[in-house]
Amino acid sequence: MTESRPVLTMTGISKSFPGVRALQHVDFRLFPGEVHALMGENGAGKSTLIKVLTGVYDTDEGTVTLAGETVSFAGPMQATAAGVSTVYQEVNLCTNLSVAENIFIGREPRRLGAVRWGEVRRRARELLARLELDLDVSAPLGSYSLAVQQMVAIARAIDVRARVLILDEPTSSLDAGEVAQLFRIMRQLRDEGIAILFVTHFLDQVYAVADRITVLRNGQLVGEYPSADLPQLTLVEKMIGKELEVLEDIEEQPRREIATLEEGTPLVGVSKLGRSGAVEPFSLTIHAGEVVGLAGLLGSGRTEVARLLFGADRPDRGEVAVDGRPSGLRTPAQAIGHGIGFCSENRRAEGIVADLSVRENMILAMQAARGWLRPIPRRRQDELVERYVKALQIRPADPEVPVRNLSGGNQQKVLLARWLITEPRLLILDEPTRGIDIGAKTEIQKLVAQLSDGGMAVLFISAELEEVLRLSHKVAVMRDRRMVAQLANDDSLDADRVMQTIASGSPREEAKR
Amino acid sequence: MSSAALTLGRIRSRVPRRQVPVLATLALLLVMYGIGVSQYRAFSNVQVIFNVFIDNGFLLVVAVGMTFVILTGGIDLSVGAVVAMTAMVSASLLQQGLPALLVLVIALLIGPFLGFLMGCAIHFFEIQPFIVTLAGMFFARGMCTFISGSSIPITDGFWTTMSQQRIGDPRGNFVSISVLIAFAVVAIAAWTLAYTRLGRNVYAIGGNPQSALLMGLPVGRTRIAVYTISGLCSAIGGILLSFYTLSGAPLIAVGMELDVIAAVVIGGTVLTGGSGYVFGTMLGVLVLGVIQTLITFDGSLNSWWTKIVIGGLLFAFILLQRLVGIRFK
Amino acid sequence: MTDTGSRWRAVTGHRLFWPVAVLVVMLAANTIYRPGFLSVEVNDGHLYGTPIDILRLSAPLILVALGMTVVISTGGIDLSVGSVCAISGALACSYISQQPDQNSLAVVFTALALGFGIALVLGAWNGVLVAVIGIQPIIATLILMVAGRGLAQLITEGQIITINSEPYRAIGLGHVLTLPLAVFIALAAALLVAAFTRRTALGMIIESVGGNSVASRLAGIRSGRVVFLAYVLSAACAAVAGFMITANVSSADGNAAGLWIELDAILAVVIGGTALAGGRFYLSGTILGALIIQTLTTSVYAMNISPQTSLLFKAVVVIAVCLIQAPAFRARLTRRRRGTPTNPTSPPSQARQKEEVPA
Repeated sequence: MTESRPVLTMTGISKSFPGVRALQHVDFRLFPGEVHALMGENGAGKSTLIKVLTGVYDTDEGTVTLAGETVSFAGPMQATAAGVSTVYQEVNLCTNLSVAENIFIGREPRRLGAVRWGEVRRRARELLARLELDLDVSAPLGSYSLAVQQMVAIARAIDVRARVLILDEPTSSLDAGEVAQLFRIMRQLRDEGIAILFVTHFLDQVYAVADRITVLRNGQLVGEYPSADLPQLTLVEKMIGKELEVLEDIEEQPRREIATLEEGTPLVGVSKLGRSGAVEPFSLTIHAGEVVGLAGLLGSGRTEVARLLFGADRPDRGEVAVDGRPSGLRTPAQAIGHGIGFCSENRRAEGIVADLSVRENMILAMQAARGWLRPIPRRRQDELVERYVKALQIRPADPEVPVRNLSGGNQQKVLLARWLITEPRLLILDEPTRGIDIGAKTEIQKLVAQLSDGGMAVLFISAELEEVLRLSHKVAVMRDRRMVAQLANDDSLDADRVMQTIASGSPREEAKR
Repeated sequence: MSSAALTLGRIRSRVPRRQVPVLATLALLLVMYGIGVSQYRAFSNVQVIFNVFIDNGFLLVVAVGMTFVILTGGIDLSVGAVVAMTAMVSASLLQQGLPALLVLVIALLIGPFLGFLMGCAIHFFEIQPFIVTLAGMFFARGMCTFISGSSIPITDGFWTTMSQQRIGDPRGNFVSISVLIAFAVVAIAAWTLAYTRLGRNVYAIGGNPQSALLMGLPVGRTRIAVYTISGLCSAIGGILLSFYTLSGAPLIAVGMELDVIAAVVIGGTVLTGGSGYVFGTMLGVLVLGVIQTLITFDGSLNSWWTKIVIGGLLFAFILLQRLVGIRFK
Repeated sequence: MTDTGSRWRAVTGHRLFWPVAVLVVMLAANTIYRPGFLSVEVNDGHLYGTPIDILRLSAPLILVALGMTVVISTGGIDLSVGSVCAISGALACSYISQQPDQNSLAVVFTALALGFGIALVLGAWNGVLVAVIGIQPIIATLILMVAGRGLAQLITEGQIITINSEPYRAIGLGHVLTLPLAVFIALAAALLVAAFTRRTALGMIIESVGGNSVASRLAGIRSGRVVFLAYVLSAACAAVAGFMITANVSSADGNAAGLWIELDAILAVVIGGTALAGGRFYLSGTILGALIIQTLTTSVYAMNISPQTSLLFKAVVVIAVCLIQAPAFRARLTRRRRGTPTNPTSPPSQARQKEEVPA
């Protein structure tokens, strides 16, 4: 199959956004009859590449050829018409319509302007039979599980004589059985000669179904490999990258010592906490003054662990004990009551309240804990805010400007201040350094170290292994929604070993702990 | 076998949940009719039913237009005012001696045009339908009094014929022409929703506008179309009302939009959009009509009970919609 | 030069600039049309004149709009305020009308307490529907908007209840310190609401919930309680407005009292600069908005145009204000101003053409 001509080639693709070079001279090929996985961490350029391909974005440089002809799509609809169909992570169908209608809406067979429902249903049944799916095509789509909906979306995509099928993280909300179903269909379509571009964060799935892997990192092509020739560890290394290009700027800090932290009652003891579809049950202890790092690839369940611990999502099993006593923790307000704070990775949607001023954003959590009847006196507010604006070097230093006017790094600092003001005992930081400039990043890292020295426990989540290793006393490793290992951050632990754990799912030197 | 596993994947029961509200409305209607027949002898007269249609024909037409709008997840507060404006324009033009046919055409164009403009404002400027149609309501109601501060009688021959013509069986039961027109509107609307791309797009947009856009459906065009349709239905409703009252009055049909919305919701259309039928809307209008008739027959209950009962039913049906969980979210 | 320029920009950039400018222009236009418009005379120790009338007549709208501001700030809307006005007014009047001594202060205060009490119950009903059951605000309050009129008529038994109670009448028409009592009531309510929201942390928490409910939840705010409170507050304001409306005419009409006031109130809130999507709220802006609406109505009266026709002007104002607020419209405007051509053929329409090739 490698001998055939590629159905799709992208050559020298570059795309810049203000301040970001999202893609730099990336090449990509897709052959008929193959499943090709596109891998990369956050910001690697996967979604930009797909959006360039489907015409959501224009390219700055480079060409796209489809079956030998140079193409430039004006949008996804045009791409679909040319045979490049996309199925997105969130099923983009209408659950209130029937299965058959979802497949054909917008191109229903008609007679005299009237939709021929019999024909629609017949064709839908034919199409689904081709995928070996036995569904009641006149039932509303919403009455089926997400997995089935995903497959109906694929049916819709291939009905337009698709030559290229793009599956953008189709498996992120499916369980194991459903994934197997999807893979069966993917293999079948591949055997029919359709080229499938598959984006996922699950390593096992890549090896289960992909024939070839292309890895992107920081907007650049790392390489294209047959999946049989690429060991998992190498793949993880290629995705995360070993270059420490940004780290030179950060002064070297001594590795953190565990010392006597692990004695006595843990501050927070998590036992078998889990939520189906989000993260499998995990147990974890965090002591006062301890920094626990959470490592893993994007989509491995890092954020889900944090959200469960904070009560942002309701766990469906397990328990969180605080100071050795069961906490019954189910909501963020309760978590805050127990002295836990949580900085979400999604600053804009889940962190800042853009309308409100820097001052108001900072005191929000403390005020919420006091209740609206006991406002924090203005003088106290100003004191607190001034202290943290100074300590965190927030710019502009005017606490009355709306927080929307601040840069990403400064917004992040405002959020940090919001939690520091509440004097939490455990602070959960989800990607606190992502998307902010290097100076702010260093400051935040230093701050975390200081806080832990002062006795605060920190759960530190980051995609950057170096950062996790530098700050943590203990590193918990996530892989495919499971916590696969907890590694003490002693001399034997390095980025390689964490990567191995991510890649293989088990630490080879577990016995040491 | 793999397919067996997938059929298990169907998580909800085969009871057609989407039909639950409509069935509830039908049951309610039958119960109310049963009460009427058992309490009052005259209620069993077929003419009672016919009168419900005669008295509510215009409401039915307007409610059909509202059904389109609500199916997309929008709302149209301007309908009552557009009904009044259409009646006023007709009456005023007829008074000035214009031929009936020309008046009819002009009157039927104003409503859809206003609807079209509102649809454009909603789509292109992304202003909430609630506010845009509120402005439309202010505008149309203002136009009414701008035309005339007081009621204008209609003496035109065509209008009086339409008003007084009775179509009936030999036993003396009859309906008016308006009722036939209303039925025609219901039939065309039902066909449009069930069998045309426009109709199906309406449901798709109500179900999930982002998905509809990604599936390549003409979201903007459809959204503008439903407000235009609602404007057209209001215009037809206004004409029917002027047949019924043989006049145009500036303050007629005040608050009608609430009755219309209530009828649509009681008829089983989900206010968040994506689920509902014109047939249900007809049942909803009938429920309102029968309530009125019952209260009239009773004599001891006063007219305000109508509003309280409608409010209660509105609450019950919104609660039912939530319980049934047909929002498919 | 640059200093005055920047100062000018600071003035025009202030969020109250446009509402104030509109009000001033309207007053000026009226004065030109009718030179006596702004004149105020002292008669019998009370001030009389059109400006005083505008203040007095706008009092109920200001009250309702204050509550509405808080509700809209949470990201909600309260359509039921007009009905609540009617119910509270009707209950108070009907109680007074049944008493032997209608002028007794005790009777009037009991009546007010009754009317206020029922408003709190109705507000709590709205609050439960929105904050506990989770029904969309526009739908939840629509129920009471429909049924409330019926309830009001039930209380008045379909009649217009006329009362003859001097203390009650004073709520609408009485004077204190040469100014109408209603103005003081509205002012007091504004100060109370301001204190209630700004002296406590309620205002900030409401703005936070309306601005970003997800972030607020993660910051530990239990939004249900504040949303519930907002609806209760709105109903309480509506009740006082209802007393005023009925006191103005010394009678309660379940059908007409407070009719369309919810729409005027929403308009006042929007003119005042509070976004319909929720977030920051501006009580002073709302009050200005209400004054603008009343000035408009009064001007239209003064020009001998029927009051209903003023709706035409309102329609224009609503659309103008909404367009100015709409980000999509602003984007188009600025694009045009900068001279960059707007994309004449949007990609979706092209793609659609292709899609409609028979499948």
